[in-house]
Amino acid sequence: MAAPKKAAASTPQDKTDGGSPPEFTREQELKALRDMLLIRRFEEKAGQLYGMGAIGGFCHLYIGQEAVVVGMQMALKEGDQVITGYRDHGHMLATGMDANGVMAELTGRRGGYSKGKGGSMHMFSKEKHFYGGHGIVGAQVSLGTGLAFANHYRGNGNVSVTYFGDGAANQGQVYESFNMAELWKLPVIFVIENNRYAMGTSVSRASAQQDFSKRGASFNIPGKQVDGMDVRAVKAAGEEAAAWCRAGKGPFILEMQTYRYRGHSMSDPAKYRTREEVEKVRHDQDPIEQVRNRLLAAKVSEADLKAIDAEVRDIVNASADFAQHDPEPDAAELWTDVYR
Amino acid sequence: MPIQVLMPALSPTMEKGNLAKWLKKEGETIKSGDVIAEIETDKATMEVEATDEGTLGKILIPEGTADVAVNTPIATILADGESAADLAKAPAPAAKAAESAPPAAAKAEAPAPKPSEIKAAPAPQAVAEPDPEVPAGTEMVTQTIREALRDAMAEEMRRDADVFVMGEEVAEYQGAYKVTQGLLQEFGAKRVIDTPITEHGFAGVGVGAAMTGLKPIVEFMTFNFAMQAIDQIINSAAKTLYMSGGQMGCSIVFRGPNGAAARVAAQHSQDYSSWYSNIPGLKVVAPFSAADYKGLLKAAIRDPNPVIFLENEVLYGHTGEVPKLDDFVIPIGKARIVRAGSHVTIISWSNGMTYALKAADELAKDGIEAEVIDLRTLRPMDTETIVNSVKKTGRAVTVEEGWAQSGVGAEIAARIMENAFDYLDAPVARVSGKDVPMPYASNLEKLALPSAAEVVEAAKAVCYR
Repeated sequence: MAAPKKAAASTPQDKTDGGSPPEFTREQELKALRDMLLIRRFEEKAGQLYGMGAIGGFCHLYIGQEAVVVGMQMALKEGDQVITGYRDHGHMLATGMDANGVMAELTGRRGGYSKGKGGSMHMFSKEKHFYGGHGIVGAQVSLGTGLAFANHYRGNGNVSVTYFGDGAANQGQVYESFNMAELWKLPVIFVIENNRYAMGTSVSRASAQQDFSKRGASFNIPGKQVDGMDVRAVKAAGEEAAAWCRAGKGPFILEMQTYRYRGHSMSDPAKYRTREEVEKVRHDQDPIEQVRNRLLAAKVSEADLKAIDAEVRDIVNASADFAQHDPEPDAAELWTDVYR
Repeated sequence: MPIQVLMPALSPTMEKGNLAKWLKKEGETIKSGDVIAEIETDKATMEVEATDEGTLGKILIPEGTADVAVNTPIATILADGESAADLAKAPAPAAKAAESAPPAAAKAEAPAPKPSEIKAAPAPQAVAEPDPEVPAGTEMVTQTIREALRDAMAEEMRRDADVFVMGEEVAEYQGAYKVTQGLLQEFGAKRVIDTPITEHGFAGVGVGAAMTGLKPIVEFMTFNFAMQAIDQIINSAAKTLYMSGGQMGCSIVFRGPNGAAARVAAQHSQDYSSWYSNIPGLKVVAPFSAADYKGLLKAAIRDPNPVIFLENEVLYGHTGEVPKLDDFVIPIGKARIVRAGSHVTIISWSNGMTYALKAADELAKDGIEAEVIDLRTLRPMDTETIVNSVKKTGRAVTVEEGWAQSGVGAEIAARIMENAFDYLDAPVARVSGKDVPMPYASNLEKLALPSAAEVVEAAKAVCYR
């Protein structure tokens, strides 16, 4: 079931609530659980380090939205690119980037992915095909369309997965990009992570068309609303969209209906919504609990699940330790990487 | 009285054209809207339609005539009841050459007045100093700047399959200013890409493609429209290398005409030199001569960093000598002394050089030998060449079409102060565009731009003459 209020389905591409998404194998369930847990524990730790003053500036946590990026990643193949906005830690971990490097970037240390020069919103990994980490709302949509342009130019069969939020969906360049992507049949999946609030402004207060799967309608881009709290539904939709792109049919829009539990950033007390609203989503739809409950129902032992918890905690604790002890960048780094 | 048909101006910067073909003969009846002749501009062949009815009385400029100045009478049309005998009543045709002024009678009806005297400045090849990048004895070819730019792109596209061109009207239309002429035919639609009118979007698409290692040349129809895209240029293109700790940058060229054209008013006549030169992570190139346009564009395309390549519409049709070399590349970041002198240093770039060189000629008549430096690259700025010259002359004048406040001239003045203060015999003088939006009226536009006379005045002032 979807988290937010849904608009009536009216196009063939829209989600049909006819049945549950395809079941995961036990291995897939375990992988999804582990990857989502890693993001959640990592983000909790980042929040803690922020509170201690070890992380500065802006810090936007992904807690609550884990199923989106983990499910999408399960639908991709090697070489597919990922690009997103500023709520990006989860995307980095999901693409396989090293937790130490991400956490050390958050603390501004030399072992960070950007040598401490990018921070929370600006990290990249050529190796993992992660193209950032962008701090300007909506900018990554044109850039992600450019990644797809490059795939098309090279004919490499890869897909660009371009994430943005319900807030960014109101930026002009999003529609400039939609137009070019469909016009040139570029292989790009536009993943709109609708977490119901653009900073403190709810979707209903900012968006004339609240069904984001229809935002590409005037460009003939198919779209689909997806229960972004169910990792299985995300993966299935991701596969459908990727197949569409790889068949040369152009872009595809996925509206992921999700929810962020924390404030917009660490400095947001979230007075624009009730505690009850947050608690209800947490209780009824938590993406991690959904998987855990299915695994328990399938007779996976508590001990096995605890082992996953322990492995994840070890990774996160090690990253926090590394990020607090790794030296700051050498002063000479100030002047490097301006030009090459 | 017979009606005169005048050589029309077919673009804001057109000064002259070739009368390619007459499609009507003397004595033929002409209706309003009939195509009577074809005219070749430096960009295209255009049709001339009659706006009056009658009989083609006399063809004043035969077909095949080259360089017919705008507003020159090219034919007469006889109204009903008039005969060839009436032709004598028409004002005598004025001289045909581009240099001559249009007849006063014609001026009032001119479709567009002749661009200002400054715009008709001589071609930029009149340089005194030999170009150190060109080996002695190299054969030179005469090219327009438009052709030099096209050749630079074509050569780099032949050399590297990752190079492509995108922008509005770059393909089918052959370039809004015909700079990309012929590229579609040679390289096909995959590599010469017409975009929708969507600067913000396609600049971002270009940067995204560049982040994967492709080498886009993004043409802005003019840099005025690049303001729509400036977030992608600065926040995405210029900063990514640094923000990624050197992992991911982008090799991309943003190019197009910058600065004032002619009679297109405030929104289409702005010089962005100082805007982009403010940004670490960008390189900014603004050449003047045809050879520099070619050699520096090739360097910009090969550069692994984002390069802002500022062209000038007024200069596109100007010709210059371009070295005939297999691979003529001029390094970014090097200024050039185009005229040696010992009394005062004049520093400029792009179309500012027009005023600088003209002023140097004038000053020489008064015994003042100006050393003229063409900066060519604004970032990184060749401080050494400027400072060495000022150490010799002790005086400096900067010339730019942009505004003075926070301008490139201000930056040059600061660098001279920081590096050659003790050598200065006078404060550095700045000649710049006036501190107003560009007006439309011809006389006001001329006043808003710098002039050679202002450069002469400034140079004399710093020489205490």
